[in-house]
Amino acid sequence: MSLEIVDSCVGCYACEPLCPNKAISAVMQPGEPLFFINPDKCTECLGDHDLPQCAEICPIEGAIVDEYGEALNPLGSLTGIPLHLLEQLRESECRQ
Amino acid sequence: MELPVISNAAPEAEGGGCSSSGCGTAPDALSHLPDHIRSKVQDHPCYSEEAHHYFARMHVAVAPACNIQCNYCNRKYDCSNESRPGVVSELMSPDQAVKKTLAVAAAIPQMTVLGIAGPGDPLANPERTFETFRQLSEQAPDIKLCVSTNGLSLPESVDELAKHNIDHVTITINCVDPEIGAQIYPWIFWENKRIRGVEGARILIEQQQKGLEMLTSRGILVKVNSVMIPGVNDQHLKEVSKVVKAKGAFLHNVMPLIAEAEHGTYYGIMGQREPTPLELQELQDACAGDMSMMRHCRQCRADAVGLLGEDRGEEFTLDKIDEMEVDYAAAMVERAKVHDAITAELDMKRALKAAPKFDPDAIDEGPVTRNIRIAVATKGGGVINEHFGHAHEFLVYEIGPKEHRFLGHRKCTPYCMGDESCGDGETVLGGIIRSLEGVEVLLASKIGFEPWADLEKAGIQPNGEHAMEPIEEAIRAVYDEMAAAGKLAQPAVARAAA
Repeated sequence: MSLEIVDSCVGCYACEPLCPNKAISAVMQPGEPLFFINPDKCTECLGDHDLPQCAEICPIEGAIVDEYGEALNPLGSLTGIPLHLLEQLRESECRQ
Repeated sequence: MELPVISNAAPEAEGGGCSSSGCGTAPDALSHLPDHIRSKVQDHPCYSEEAHHYFARMHVAVAPACNIQCNYCNRKYDCSNESRPGVVSELMSPDQAVKKTLAVAAAIPQMTVLGIAGPGDPLANPERTFETFRQLSEQAPDIKLCVSTNGLSLPESVDELAKHNIDHVTITINCVDPEIGAQIYPWIFWENKRIRGVEGARILIEQQQKGLEMLTSRGILVKVNSVMIPGVNDQHLKEVSKVVKAKGAFLHNVMPLIAEAEHGTYYGIMGQREPTPLELQELQDACAGDMSMMRHCRQCRADAVGLLGEDRGEEFTLDKIDEMEVDYAAAMVERAKVHDAITAELDMKRALKAAPKFDPDAIDEGPVTRNIRIAVATKGGGVINEHFGHAHEFLVYEIGPKEHRFLGHRKCTPYCMGDESCGDGETVLGGIIRSLEGVEVLLASKIGFEPWADLEKAGIQPNGEHAMEPIEEAIRAVYDEMAAAGKLAQPAVARAAA
């Protein structure tokens, strides 16, 4: 049982200090998601908190998924932006 | 068709001590402050309108995490092409931030202030933020430290802030009513839970107000930032201004919402409009009756470097500072010299302003002339030293027979950024003219022939005769000349919307 951070993570560090198991660390490898949850340490916060802390503070919809690949914060759940507008946004995102 | 607004003279209170003595100086937004506070902020570019012409600031992006979501923010903050709060190019460790600060302070001796303002919330990253402050207060005691926060974690951080000798804190307070807050903040993270809607906003407001009171009771200076969101909190901000003043905030900075669809923010995508420059000014004037307003904020990036309105961050990227050798002890000597010279110059200017002047109106009540707005192009130093075509912004002043006041800056795309972009000059000029709504004269060190004609057509008189002159003297000279020529006796002819 472990959560996973996927590549939409923006690397904001908000989750890292909250993890009761110190399972979260920054990844410095290009091509990998910016943060990594060690599956051997992650308990999804069972016994420590009512809800997984990383997903509670994460500002990015879809960036944290469970073992079935389901997003804990699905699209539209954090910003309230309607889904069809989110689609349009993807095409015109600010590029570096 | 809109009539140019010329009647919204500042309320009496804003004239400070100057209005009755007829000294003719601008009512400095800080003039009402006790001396001990004024001396703390007079070389802080973000607080003092006067200082921002001379002193520089920098932000270090050590604080990526945030504990709330604002509808004007998108947490994908990494973009080099955007200039607005919450955006950075590189995130830094505290060690890197300290190195960068020392390198910048050595290279730009006018740099007096180091702020931590994100891209998240500094107090949601207490270890990174306070480690940076701890090292800097040891290694660079001549740099003022300040921090900008949403306030949620403020009460628990006040002791630590006081310990690091931080005597300026900015809190962003957009509302004191949770119902309004729920339209601005979709959620906060509080006591291990994401809390949404009105309840989240209520907790945030409570923490902000508590933090504000704790800071001011310890003598730490607090500036309040508010984002003006038309239709959401624009009217409400007058109430906010009253409340925060009553609790001891010394300065209120009402900033316009920045919301464009390509930023990916909730407001941007949902089409929430930004306020116009005139709406912003009117709200600032309405709030000014209650406390001193700040009008020179440039809403800079969370990693900006340099004078307000400029960003020299590109010169100090991590790989570049890695190669720099900084002898900070030597730099500190040099910095002290530069600061002394600037302070002496400012003192002299203040003394000149305070000196009694011949006042012809005292003898002869001449015809009453109206107030006008003048825009100037400057790149710092308090003088007109920027070409029209290179200006990224114009400072707008309102001037009347005796007094003038700084109204704020109008950002724009430069008319001419060199050969490649000159072809776009036509459309860019339209944008500049729109941004100068209400302005009748434009002063720059140089203005090209083509924009000159279009500006004139739009009812804005270009003027390049005051290059390198101090702004305040130049606008006074222009006003007096227009008054003498009888151009200011009548209300301005209505100008067709550009």
